[in-house]
Amino acid sequence: MNTDRITEKLAILADAAKYDVSCASSGSDRKNKNKGLGNTGNGICHAYTEDGRCVSLLKILLTNVCIFDCAYCVSRKSNDIKRAAFTVQEVVDLTINFYRRNYIEGLFLSSGIFTNADYTMERLIKIAKKLRTENNFNGYIHLKTIPGASEELIKEAGLWADRLSINVEMPTEKSLALLAPDKKQHSMLQSMEHLKNAIIQNKEEKKIFKKAPSFAPAGQSTQMVIGATPETDLEILYLANGFYKKFNMRRVYYSGYVPVSNDYRLPAIGTPVPMIRENRLYQADWLLRFYGFKVNEIVNKENPLLDIDIDPKLSWALRNLHFFPIDINTADKQLLIRVPGIGIQSVNKICAARKFGAITWEYLKKLGIAMNRTKYFIYTNNIYEKKDWQPWQIKQFILSEGKSKYKPNFSPQINLF
Amino acid sequence: MNIVIYDGSFEGLLTAVFEIYEYKILEPFICKENENSGSLFGNIHEAKSDKIKFARVYKKLKDKLTPNTFSQLYKTFLSEQKDIENVIYRYIVYVLASKQAVENNYAHPDVLMLQQTSRKVQREKHRMEAFVRFQLTKDNLYYCLIQPDFNVLPLISNHFEKRYADQRWLIYDSRRKYGLYYDLEKVSEVSLNFETDLNNAAAIKNICDESEELYQQLWQQYFSSVNIAARKNMKLHIQHMPKRYWRYLTEKRYKQE
Repeated sequence: MNTDRITEKLAILADAAKYDVSCASSGSDRKNKNKGLGNTGNGICHAYTEDGRCVSLLKILLTNVCIFDCAYCVSRKSNDIKRAAFTVQEVVDLTINFYRRNYIEGLFLSSGIFTNADYTMERLIKIAKKLRTENNFNGYIHLKTIPGASEELIKEAGLWADRLSINVEMPTEKSLALLAPDKKQHSMLQSMEHLKNAIIQNKEEKKIFKKAPSFAPAGQSTQMVIGATPETDLEILYLANGFYKKFNMRRVYYSGYVPVSNDYRLPAIGTPVPMIRENRLYQADWLLRFYGFKVNEIVNKENPLLDIDIDPKLSWALRNLHFFPIDINTADKQLLIRVPGIGIQSVNKICAARKFGAITWEYLKKLGIAMNRTKYFIYTNNIYEKKDWQPWQIKQFILSEGKSKYKPNFSPQINLF
Repeated sequence: MNIVIYDGSFEGLLTAVFEIYEYKILEPFICKENENSGSLFGNIHEAKSDKIKFARVYKKLKDKLTPNTFSQLYKTFLSEQKDIENVIYRYIVYVLASKQAVENNYAHPDVLMLQQTSRKVQREKHRMEAFVRFQLTKDNLYYCLIQPDFNVLPLISNHFEKRYADQRWLIYDSRRKYGLYYDLEKVSEVSLNFETDLNNAAAIKNICDESEELYQQLWQQYFSSVNIAARKNMKLHIQHMPKRYWRYLTEKRYKQE
């Protein structure tokens, strides 16, 4: 192996793959077979880059040669950059050797589109198949589904991969048409539908024949770019909600746009990445998936944008003060979980502990609950902080006490004094 | 106060608990034999590890606690924190004295302490599963040195055995001077006098397989290439990868030197 060349290829093809946010390696339960290599479980982040993102998988493109010209993408056809391509064997060797050294949980393989969609997809499948069959590799494999690849190929990919994903890229069809004229939202949604059906069908088969081969056991996910186009959080979250409900998506990823182009249709190079907004979207996403919130409670016609300075749960609580304050010792779990500053872990502990006796203010502090927020919404033993304050007053109190790392970014106004 | 001395092992601690009940020792204070500072007042009782006494307490706890809480108790022991023996002892007394299951009563200070300490140990276990970086030697052994905050080797053994079933590996805790060795059949505990400066570049050249340097270099390249400079967030980076682990991480080590 030519050391310098392979290092250079890795640099180019890892760099081009890094805008794909997903790095999940959980949700599959592929077990080690016949003393082979690897075992898949809850997923492990083996390292964190200097931007604070987790490194769990070897995330690379097979090649960054691409016949498409999507404006937001570094690998677009019209971009003047170095191109490279791995051979099948090089990807296999890298994956196995990184895995054996405990650097990674597995492989996340994507690719620019060369020749045509099916040709590209076949190459990706070949790598996954080789890892599984020739190397007895039981680590995690996430394959990107190339838009426009045939249904048969997607079905084959699912036999070797733990997760498949098709990126919806833009929150609306209009934006997609503007920035990625080669891609069609309609055909992406169709592929997602096929995938969903294949996954359901496989689950049914597994009920009958335990030994039926697994099909994408970790399900499918998708990603959209945030902040490159003018969509509101309402549009974004309704779309995400639809993905969870209609396609049983495991995850929807939001990728704050990192300017990579001087294209007039996009934010200029140097524009800050919308990291707070991205963070708020993830918080809202969690509320949808784990906290029993409905999407129209988080964003609606009156509030199409998430607050930037406070989290969406607190926003909801301030808009719905009539639910509060609640008694921590008797409140229903479903309501308790909606109190700002209390997470699911704490709710479970509170519910377990209150069977043994009344919960005190001191105990809540010991649990590590963010009392500076929580105190306006609960009471215990008749201790209660809220004195008919207005929502904006509570917000002021909380903001003045808090030390948010985002604080300097809250005000879009220039500081004059 | 009556001081009860044990040998520092889990078996020893449960034996000590047994003997406190057996000899009806009042106001016991448990400590390791080498940590006994010698109290002027009070008696000293030495509890020698005893397999039968250990097994009886062990079984009692297994019956009384859920598997999850039992594992919390063991993890708490592995934290090796000062005075943790007495937290565990008080916890056992509390659990055995109560008719109903009280292990979820987080309002009780020892229950909460046990839960919180075991979580710290669990976190360190998880970190070691993440931060082990094997290096391949000329005789086909994947080895790694670690210095975990807590004694987590017993907890990670199963994970590595399942995952790396087809390669020989050694994970050595250079603080506690023992390691886990997998010989393709089973994992065993080994204690050997291991050179602790195996991480320097010259040593790697001498004992490592020729492919080792290449893959370390590729990994470092990968680690820096996947970073998005426009999103730099060092605070988060260090929060997830505290500096004390850097010297064992291939991707951070060379930057530091």
